[in-house]
Amino acid sequence: MSILIDEKTKVVVQGLTGKTGSFHTNQALEYYGTKMVAGTHPKKAGTNWTADNGMQLPIFADAAEARSATGADASVIYVPPAGAAAAIEEAIDAGYPLIVCITEGVPVLDMVRVKAKLDKSSSRLIGPNCPGVLTPEACKIGIMPGKIFKKGSVGVVSRSGTLTYEAVFQTSAVGLGQTTAVGIGGDPVKGTEFIDMLEMLLADDATEQIIMIGEIGGSAEEEAAQFLMDEAKKGRSKPMVGFIAGRTAPKGRTMGHAGAIVSGGQGDAESKIAAMEAAGIRVSPSPARLGTTMIELLKS
Amino acid sequence: MNIHEYQAKAVLKSYGAPVADGVPVLTLDDIDNALETLPGPLWVVKSQIHAGGRGKGKFVESDAGEKGGVRLAFSKEEVRSHAEAMLGHHLVTAQTSADGKQVNRLYIEDGADIERELYLSMLVDRASGQIAFVASTEGGMDIEEVAHSTPEKILTLPVSGGVDVEAAGKLCDALKLEGVAREDGMELFPTLYKAFTEKDMSMLEINPLIVMDDGHLRVLDAKVSFDGNAVFRHPDIMELRDTTEEDEKEIEASEWDLAYIALDGTIGCMVNGAGLAMATMDIIKLYGEEPANFCDVGGGADAAKVAAAFKIIMKDPNVKGILVNIFGGIMKCDVIAEGVIQAVKETNLSVPLVVRLEGTNVEQGKSIIANSGLNVIPADDLDDAAQKIVAAVKGA
Repeated sequence: MSILIDEKTKVVVQGLTGKTGSFHTNQALEYYGTKMVAGTHPKKAGTNWTADNGMQLPIFADAAEARSATGADASVIYVPPAGAAAAIEEAIDAGYPLIVCITEGVPVLDMVRVKAKLDKSSSRLIGPNCPGVLTPEACKIGIMPGKIFKKGSVGVVSRSGTLTYEAVFQTSAVGLGQTTAVGIGGDPVKGTEFIDMLEMLLADDATEQIIMIGEIGGSAEEEAAQFLMDEAKKGRSKPMVGFIAGRTAPKGRTMGHAGAIVSGGQGDAESKIAAMEAAGIRVSPSPARLGTTMIELLKS
Repeated sequence: MNIHEYQAKAVLKSYGAPVADGVPVLTLDDIDNALETLPGPLWVVKSQIHAGGRGKGKFVESDAGEKGGVRLAFSKEEVRSHAEAMLGHHLVTAQTSADGKQVNRLYIEDGADIERELYLSMLVDRASGQIAFVASTEGGMDIEEVAHSTPEKILTLPVSGGVDVEAAGKLCDALKLEGVAREDGMELFPTLYKAFTEKDMSMLEINPLIVMDDGHLRVLDAKVSFDGNAVFRHPDIMELRDTTEEDEKEIEASEWDLAYIALDGTIGCMVNGAGLAMATMDIIKLYGEEPANFCDVGGGADAAKVAAAFKIIMKDPNVKGILVNIFGGIMKCDVIAEGVIQAVKETNLSVPLVVRLEGTNVEQGKSIIANSGLNVIPADDLDDAAQKIVAAVKGA
């Protein structure tokens, strides 16, 4: 089992014809034949996109046409920042159950608008500014390097793209492997927060352990820790390893003055680590010891 | 992106917010003109630097006097003497380094008779994904201190799609606004929302917002930051950027679209991804050294961009070693490797360099490094990389 995506997931690419979209669609096709079914481009509808392996994907004018023609379950977005929010809205309107936005640099007020629309829809958005979702040997949506994955037992959820890769690489190296890895993205306003992913990973039978990677800013990690404590009281828990990036980050450089108020003293690495430890998560001090810490935890 | 107080006030004024008359002054010659439009009898001479705490700050130079960076003047002569004392001198505040920031611009403003000082700000609330107002009756103080000691005196109000009468009323209540001040408030909050959303602000802080003796509200201080991801659609805002307020290396980095922040340590870092860049700083510290910078080369870097990042890192004289840590997803390791090799050659690198590559095209990347004939220390993983660069710097 896995969460969000599996070998049956059919994926449409918004922004397929661009350089980034093309590169990563080729990579996805190479990854256990991920079912990439179509692309969209407002002016290239009716043409075909040819993959490196010779496969042809039809291009449709928009996400709705692509979905009705292919029955796709998911859309992945590689559209540049200025148009990314509109692309997400287009996918929401088309009713895609899963939308994954890779684009980095989407204006935050665009995301405020998207979030309001998303809340009224049945779509789930992962991202933006994220590496996507990958279920080993089944489906790769986004930009994660497939080679480092190994089918196994750890569910990975992370705010940081490259730290997701670290967690995957290290759990593969120690022999555990992964069920699904999800990069929820580093932007302040995003489609999915930790809690929703943790709920899915707790519910997924194949997921035996969880790695959660957060970073400074906001209070999503503290909220996730509270959620885990509440679930543990109901008897739902799995061995978890965590990491928080930004212990050495200078105060006030990335967080605005007013931003610190809303979180009421929360947002720094130490308070997140304390909250996660209180929820029973083994927090590794080193980003290089996520895999070995999980092994130690399982032995103890 | 940050702007000066006087620029922030001009933006707010263009939307109709109540702002005092004022004139920015760049040289002492501008003062006569400024005074012609500002009749007095009370003036405020305000240092314009991108740092808070100016009023309580202190100048480095003794001839600037003991007073802070915001001074009241009761005569035109006093305006002039304050301006002479402040302009060109270095102001140290709680938010600057010990060397302070040179005051290159002043803002001379009409004085106001203050009855009450309030706090009002706007930001994007991560938890709700909405724009939120933060309001408190405790204006003119360090709001973080207020949040810590008396959180019940702060109202955080997320607003969705605009400020309706109910939301504006709640803000008026939180600020205890009555009579004409309340009328002003009911108008001001929607005005600020319009400015915030139309100009893609990421933060707007009015501290203090004052109730004057005549009962009206006035924006006495204003601090505005814009979303760097959105300034592309606001050329008018882009023009307000004052690069003299920014670190030279950070300006160059921004020209290459690199996220770079100068720090105080000795190990320069070049990393892809903000999370991994922070984690790389953390692990350097864990092994007993300090990072010289935060540097995220981002997802779409090419060889030229990597080389540029490398050169910027090398401009910091404190750098005694460099750690390149790339886990390629969007980034291809061979592209990184080529950029590093190019930069090492162009900069005649004289400090130890550790390179750790993983991810897309990792084999090609590693072989480019190995076959370069250059003195580059390869690392297998992040732990190995951090230990190697710390050892190399300590051994040097």
